[in-house]
Amino acid sequence: MITSLYGALETGLIYAIMALGVYISFRILDFPDLTVDGSFVTGGGVAAISIIGGVDPIVATLLGFVAGFLVGCITGLLHTKGNINPLLAGIIMMIGLYSVNLRIMGQANLSLLNETTLFSQLKGIFDSLSLDAAFFAPYEWLGLSAYAPRSFYAIVMMFLVVLIVKKSLDIFLQTETGLALRATGDNQTMVRSFSANTNVYIILGIGLANALVALSGALVVQYNGFADVNLGVGMIVVGLASVIIGEVLFGKKTIVRTTLAVICGAIVYRAIYAMALRVDFLEASDMKLITALIVVAALVIPNMLQKSSEKRQFKKSQKALGRVKQQKGEVQIANVKSNS
Amino acid sequence: MLTLNQIHKTFYANTPDERRAISDLSQTLNEGDFVTIIGSNGAGKSTLLNLLAGTLLPDAGDIHLNEQNLTPLPEEKRAKWIGRVFQNPMAGTAPNMTIEENMMISLGRTQKRSLFRGMTKKKREQFKEHLSTLEIGLENRLNTKVGLLSGGERQALSLLMATFTEPQILLLDEHTAALDPSKQELILSLTRELVEKHSLTTIMVTHQMEQAIDFGNRLWMMDEGKIIYEAEDEEKDKLTVPDLLSAFQEIRGTKMANDRTLLAK
Repeated sequence: MITSLYGALETGLIYAIMALGVYISFRILDFPDLTVDGSFVTGGGVAAISIIGGVDPIVATLLGFVAGFLVGCITGLLHTKGNINPLLAGIIMMIGLYSVNLRIMGQANLSLLNETTLFSQLKGIFDSLSLDAAFFAPYEWLGLSAYAPRSFYAIVMMFLVVLIVKKSLDIFLQTETGLALRATGDNQTMVRSFSANTNVYIILGIGLANALVALSGALVVQYNGFADVNLGVGMIVVGLASVIIGEVLFGKKTIVRTTLAVICGAIVYRAIYAMALRVDFLEASDMKLITALIVVAALVIPNMLQKSSEKRQFKKSQKALGRVKQQKGEVQIANVKSNS
Repeated sequence: MLTLNQIHKTFYANTPDERRAISDLSQTLNEGDFVTIIGSNGAGKSTLLNLLAGTLLPDAGDIHLNEQNLTPLPEEKRAKWIGRVFQNPMAGTAPNMTIEENMMISLGRTQKRSLFRGMTKKKREQFKEHLSTLEIGLENRLNTKVGLLSGGERQALSLLMATFTEPQILLLDEHTAALDPSKQELILSLTRELVEKHSLTTIMVTHQMEQAIDFGNRLWMMDEGKIIYEAEDEEKDKLTVPDLLSAFQEIRGTKMANDRTLLAK
C-alpha cells in the first residue's frame, strides 16, 4: 500500500509536467488541444531513439522537448492560418502523429532496459555516494523504516525537474510576453486592439504546451524503460483530470497557486489510480474508464455543490419572503372585506 | 493628419443582400480634432470606425495617418497609433487578469513585449496615479480580477487603458450605450477629461444627438454610407437638437420618417 503510494508520487510528478502543458492549452489559452495524445509519444519516441542511438540522456530529453514544441506549433498553425476548429486541429494532429511516431521509433515498441537513461545515471550517482542511506536515516530515527521506499533517486530527481519547470513557467507567465499570452486566451479582441498578434501567441502557447507534454513523455519513457507507440492514448483526459482535481482541491487564485495545484492534482490523480488498482475486481484495463469517471466527478461535483448551496439560500429567502407576503395578503383580504 | 480618401465598402456584394456600408467617403482630420458621428442604425458609423481600426478592409480607397499608409496594415499593427473603446464593456479588458496586468497589456500597445518581468515598482506607481484620476477607487484594487468589476468600472478602465499611452487617434464606438444613465454620465465626463488631458484626436460614434452636440469641435451626420451633414466650430456650437432634426429632414425628405425616431434621443 505505502509502496504503491510512493510509486504514485513518482509517476505523479512525471505526469505533472504533462498536466502543466494541458493547463497552458486548456486553461490559459482556452484551446482544447487533443494533440497531447500524439505529442506525448513524439517526445518519448524521440528521446528513446536518441538514447538508443547513443545520445546523452539529457540531450535526448531536450530533443523530445523541442520535438513537442514543433508539433504544437503545427497544431497552432492549423488553427490560426488554416482556420480549423481547435478540437478538429488537435484530432487531425493526433491521428497524423500516430504514423509519424511509428516512423520516428521504427517499430511499435522500443526497450531501454540496458541503455543509460537519466534515471539510471542518477541511480548511479546515488549509489556511489550512498545518498539513499542519508534519506533513510530520518525514517529509521522515527522507527518507520518499514514504510520507507526502496530508493529515493526517482523522487528526488523528479521533484527537482518539476520544481524547475514550475518555477520557469511561473516566471514566464508574468513576463510581458506571458501576460499577452494569457490575455489572448481571455479576450482576443482586446489583445489585438493593444497591438499584439494573437495568432503568434496562440502558436507559441500551443507549442509550449506540447513541449511540456513531450518532455513528460520523454521522462516517462526513461522511467518505464520502454517506449510504446500507444503510450499516449487517453493522455489528454489524464491531463485534464489532473488540472481539474488540482483546481478544485487547491484553488486557482493566482498563477503560482494554480501551477502548484495542477502538480498536486497530478499526484492525487495517480494516488487515486493506485488505490483503484488495488481493488480486487478492477483490472488494469479498467483504468481508462476510471479515469473518465474521475474527470466526470471532478467536473460535476463542484457545480452540484454550488447549485445546492444556492438553492438552499434561495429557499431560505423564499421562506422569509413567504412570511411577509402572507401577512400582507391577510391585510389585503381584510381591506377588501371592509370595502365591500 | 488623418486622411480618408474615397473609401468604399460594400457587404455581400453581387448578392440580393448587397448593402453599401460606405460609399465614396473622403475626409481629413486635423490634429486635436474631436469628431462626433451620429446616424441611424445601418448608416455606416461602426463600419467607418472598423475601417479605421483595421477590423475591416475597404473595397477601394486609402487611409493615411501622417504620411503613413494604413490601408494594408492589419488591426494589430495599426493599434500602435490607434486606441479603441468598444461598445461592450466586456470587450476592452481581460476578465481573468488583474487590473495591473490589464494595464501592463495596454502598455504593450506602443512598446515591443519583452521576456522580462512586466511589473516593476515604478510602473505600479504610475498605474496607481493614472487609475486615481478615474476617482472610482480602482487604484486600491490593483490585484482585483477585472471580471469582478461592474460594467461601468470596466468601461472606465477600458477608457483609461486606451488613452493613457496617448494614441494618435482615439476611436470611441458608442462606448456609453450599454451603461445605465448615471454610469453614462461618469464615462462621458471621464472621456472629456482624458481627451483634454492627453489632447487626443478623437472620433466618437453616438446614438444620442445631445451628446454629439455637447462634445467635440466637429459633427458628422451619416446616412446610407455618406456624410450628409457636417458642422464645425462656431457653426457646431450654435447647433441644437431641433436644428439637427430639421437638417436631416431637409436632406432626406419625409421618406426617412422612421429614422427620425431612431435619431431622436
